Amino acid sequence: MELIIAIAIGVLFGSGVWLILRPRSFQVLTGLLLMSYAVNLFIFIMGQLWVDMPPLTLGDSAPDPRAFADPLPQALVLTAIVIGFATTALYLVLMIGSRGVTGTDHVDGKEPDQ
Amino acid sequence: MSLPWSQHLILVPVLLPLLCGALLILFNESRHQLKFAINLASVLGLLATAIMLMTMTDGGYWQDGIGVYLAANWAAPFGIVLVADRLAALLLLLTAVLASCALLYSMLRWSRIGVHFHSLFQFLLMGINGTFLTHDLFNLFVFFEVMLAASYGLVLHGYNLNRIRAGMQFIAVNLVASLMFLIGVALIYATAGTLNMSDLAMRLAEIDGADLVLLQVGAAILGLAFLIKSAMWPLGFWLPVTYAAVSPPVAAMFVLMTKVGAYVILRLWLLVFSPESGSAAGFGGSALLWGGMATIVFGAAGMLASDKHGKLASYAAIISSGTLLAVIGLGQPALVTAGLFYLLSSTLAVAAFMLLIELVERSRNPVEAMLALTMEAFDFEEAPEQPVGVGIPAALAFLGLSFAGCALVITGLPPLSGFIAKFTLFHALLSGEDGVVAPFNLALMTLILLSGMAAIIALMRFGVRTFWASGAVNARLKFSEAVPVALLLGCCVFLTLQAGPVFAYLERASADLHRPALYIETVLSEPVVPGIQEGGQ
Repeated sequence: MELIIAIAIGVLFGSGVWLILRPRSFQVLTGLLLMSYAVNLFIFIMGQLWVDMPPLTLGDSAPDPRAFADPLPQALVLTAIVIGFATTALYLVLMIGSRGVTGTDHVDGKEPDQ
Repeated sequence: MSLPWSQHLILVPVLLPLLCGALLILFNESRHQLKFAINLASVLGLLATAIMLMTMTDGGYWQDGIGVYLAANWAAPFGIVLVADRLAALLLLLTAVLASCALLYSMLRWSRIGVHFHSLFQFLLMGINGTFLTHDLFNLFVFFEVMLAASYGLVLHGYNLNRIRAGMQFIAVNLVASLMFLIGVALIYATAGTLNMSDLAMRLAEIDGADLVLLQVGAAILGLAFLIKSAMWPLGFWLPVTYAAVSPPVAAMFVLMTKVGAYVILRLWLLVFSPESGSAAGFGGSALLWGGMATIVFGAAGMLASDKHGKLASYAAIISSGTLLAVIGLGQPALVTAGLFYLLSSTLAVAAFMLLIELVERSRNPVEAMLALTMEAFDFEEAPEQPVGVGIPAALAFLGLSFAGCALVITGLPPLSGFIAKFTLFHALLSGEDGVVAPFNLALMTLILLSGMAAIIALMRFGVRTFWASGAVNARLKFSEAVPVALLLGCCVFLTLQAGPVFAYLERASADLHRPALYIETVLSEPVVPGIQEGGQ
């Protein structure tokens, strides 16, 4: 299980890195998205992979920490998803604006041979 | 029973801009005066709060000058903690001073070239203030993102081709930096099991072996995010393009943002990787030193090579942040004190320069400016004939004098504060143990001197071309645009005149930073407010 998730994160992040080095802004955006997915997964499994464990404590008695998943990474990943989503959306808006103003989708705002 | 009101003051630098920024969205863009008034009131409120926090931390209101605020009354390692100490209070004050000047400057023109300038400005302040105060790594990420999101908006404010091009790079680079921040935080949490900085520092001594390596990798990736922000070579290529494209008041605020990265590194590294932290002590110091020195070289070369005035100022900002990083990398208490003074004086001067450049460019005759550039390209000796006997108008005299002031501080020539900053830096660098000066100290000193020389050449060329060679026509100044520049330079003069008391304060701040044990103790032992059901354990 750890191995599969590790490979998945690696593939996502690697593809993302390759894409953000590309010259077209849509490729960069896709790369950023893939990288943020990889990072979100990474936060989610940080420390340990939990299977079939509830993240919340039940009842009044002092709970046994071994019976529960760590809730903190789940809270962190929610925040990270929201923030990442918002900033990527902003980049998308800028990308469309740039396409409209400059007439090209190159990340420099002009074609390289001009 | 509840907290005394003064304890809540720590929260005001975050809450006030948040509420004012939200309030400002509600008003229509046509109501400039009202929006400006609300914004100004908030900034002045921040100024007052910062001064109060400073007197409280330094005046013995809190034991050891460290004020701790437990958010939602959760005990220290479990909840989010905000901490105000001398350094944080000082930087809050610097932020408020810069913000009031930038805001005043933007009143007539720059706040009106697009929508929601005032809201974005407030959110930027909220993010910066939060970064100075927070004591939790993930909360730091959130404040960092607030600051960045606002800065994206401000880069694009007044949407033109240059700003879009610069914004594309700026946003992409910073999004990647945020991802690195998250990876770093995740690795640190995975190995140390905590996000509270004090708790992390305490646990670091017990971590060893593979876990320690993983934690150091996490810290290095985390550090990378801050180094991108503070534009360390080779991570700072985005900076000159962006700073030259944005509007002047925004550029002035951004000068502070490079210092935010340096601040976080200073705070985190001196706390977590202190000499008391066992085998990980001083981790990454040499990387900071080398990187900082490379940044100084890059900045100096850029300053000599830049043809646009905005870029000249950006490279000055790069030199100042490189110097700071190298100083942090060497990590001696006396050096840190001098470095903090350098931070204050160079931030104020570069920000003033950012504002001044636009005023100067406006007063220049575009044809003459073009001619000056061609003259440089083709190496003409003779200047074209100028009408003789025109008296210098007051506006031009003001511009020239302010420029001279900025140049003196940036290059570190006497008599202004830049000289004092560099002098104390050199003094600290040369006073090694047993009279032996380490070779790195000498190398850094040489680099700082050389970069100062490069700055002198570049600024002199700028000054001669602008004020002597090319005829500036009818420089017209608006009061609200001249005053901020004068105010910022006035602060530099104040720093020069009051160097004694300022240094005494900075020494106390630096001493706090170098006593992490006391700091950790204070934060972790902060009692929760009784009488309410306790949330912690």
